[in-house]
Amino acid sequence: MTLALLVEQLFNGLQFGMMLFLMAVGVTLVFGIMRVINLAHGSLFMIGGYFLMAALAWTQSYALAVPLAFIAAALVAVVLEIIVLRPLYRRGPLDQVLATFGLTLFFNEAVTVIWGRESIPLSIPPFLTGSVEIIPGGAYPIYRLVITGVAIVAGLLLYLLITRTRVGALIRAGSDNREIVAALGININLLYTLVFALSAMLAALAGIMMGPLLSVEPGAGDPILILALVVVVIGGIGSVRGALVGALMVGIFDTLSRVLIPLVIQTNATSALVGMAVYVLMAVVLLFSRTGLFAAHRG
Amino acid sequence: MAYLGRRGLLLLLLLGAAIALPPYFGVYHTRFATQIAIYGMAALSVDLLLGYTGLITFGQAALFGVGAYAAGMLTVYGVTNAFVAWPLAILVSMLFALAIGSLSLRTRGFQFIMVTLAFAQMVYYFAQSLRNWGGDDGFTVPQRNHLGFVSLADHTTFYYVVLALLVLVVLLSQRIVKSEFGMVIRGIRDNERRAAAVGFPPYPYKLVVFVIAGGIAGLAGALMANHAKFVSPAGLSWQLSGELLAMVILGSANSLIGPILGAAFFLAFRDVLSDFTEHWMLFFGPLLVARVLLMKEGIWGLLVRATGAEGKPAPPKVDFPVASGAVAKSNPGAGR
Repeated sequence: MTLALLVEQLFNGLQFGMMLFLMAVGVTLVFGIMRVINLAHGSLFMIGGYFLMAALAWTQSYALAVPLAFIAAALVAVVLEIIVLRPLYRRGPLDQVLATFGLTLFFNEAVTVIWGRESIPLSIPPFLTGSVEIIPGGAYPIYRLVITGVAIVAGLLLYLLITRTRVGALIRAGSDNREIVAALGININLLYTLVFALSAMLAALAGIMMGPLLSVEPGAGDPILILALVVVVIGGIGSVRGALVGALMVGIFDTLSRVLIPLVIQTNATSALVGMAVYVLMAVVLLFSRTGLFAAHRG
Repeated sequence: MAYLGRRGLLLLLLLGAAIALPPYFGVYHTRFATQIAIYGMAALSVDLLLGYTGLITFGQAALFGVGAYAAGMLTVYGVTNAFVAWPLAILVSMLFALAIGSLSLRTRGFQFIMVTLAFAQMVYYFAQSLRNWGGDDGFTVPQRNHLGFVSLADHTTFYYVVLALLVLVVLLSQRIVKSEFGMVIRGIRDNERRAAAVGFPPYPYKLVVFVIAGGIAGLAGALMANHAKFVSPAGLSWQLSGELLAMVILGSANSLIGPILGAAFFLAFRDVLSDFTEHWMLFFGPLLVARVLLMKEGIWGLLVRATGAEGKPAPPKVDFPVASGAVAKSNPGAGR
């Protein structure tokens, strides 16, 4: 294996990891603030891709379609929060899991009804095609670099939002003790809707950007959701820093194991080992720490 | 009749209907009832964890699927005697349950849900990567197992065998739940710390239940491989794990009959709606949301209340470390 290939795979891992971060941070924020586990998070990823596809067909322009898809996904999230999520805040975890699972079933079927069961390929925006030479002899697609860049910028903006703004202070306060925040006269309902919409927008952003790389199809968000949950388990539930570290670990580990394991072991079981690598990583982390690497909450 | 009580009468009525009706209505309904009994058994195994031990597992389909793969593979290899194949399938599922359970039971609460889901997905990918066994498409099982001299090829015979096994599993679960061991696991469910303080360490007890439930799910899977004569990774998918949880909740958790009624409702719902639309999930998803948000009890709970029978199942209490802060409050108003 050449150095160029290794560097390329590291970049791929970084890109995949940052995409997982956009997903996992939403799961962990919604849990941290609202104490809700949202299994419909994968649907928001999927919807992002579908909305982009629909908006593209309508406007024929990426510059218009991306913001449109983004806004549409945020609107769906707000409606969802008000109708389904809000009653769930005072419910037990079982109710939350089942209701959000029901939402996933609904969304997977709804996109099938509207856009059909076949997967729909999306093309990379024309101005982002092509590749650059990152190290001598190693050409790397610009589009993947852009995904990584956008995800990093989104992560930085999120960091600034949480640490530097009034809303961020409320989010931090809400995750520490929501009763006190509510008692201080803060409109906690509005804060919850905001946090849910924020997490949904991050998921939709991931879905929009991954649309051209994966394909847009019913249930496209499900495997991503499960990987995001693995990230959250590794990073520690409720911790944004944990989501970042966990996502990069999972992204890079998964990508490298797909390249390295077949080099070392060449049997029938190779593809099985590759698919299972990430879960073995999770098992190892759980052996050392029951609550993940950066547990924000005990329990 | 007074001796039986209304609850006993209700159960006898259900059992009588299960024995008499399906063969009377013909092959299609017999096969349909077989499916209900199989999924009912799998849902029952979920309820042993959910209702009686307070563990929300989102990975039971993996153990169901492992049982199906084991039974299917054994049949392909020529092990057609059910007395050999099914216990082996149960054993393999129990071993998987031991491995998954010993790791995931280290966690609690939300993490347990996510970890069981993740490990089930790992088993799913493993099954998907078995290229010699059809990979994503799965494989057909050449024939049903047989019970020595009794062939199970006939749908009615197979249905009665499945039904008998289901009754056996219910009785066995009843014994477990009513035993001293059952009292311990419910004690752990209600208050883990207190149970530990009086000398019942939660971890080994929970692991034993997890493995038993895994064995039951494995048997259900083995029966499914026989019923459908087809095994594929779809039988291990996370959707099925969720659907099994949904069956338990629709039917009433914390009872041994509820999950079976829930399975019957789920399959009937699918069957009836499939006649009108292939998009029945479009209706089932919202139905599940509505059940969770609007109703307080499942089918068995409603039946018991409607007939005035005793022993209404309580809503499930689940394992969530209340004292630790990272909890969704199930009872509003109870301050920290």
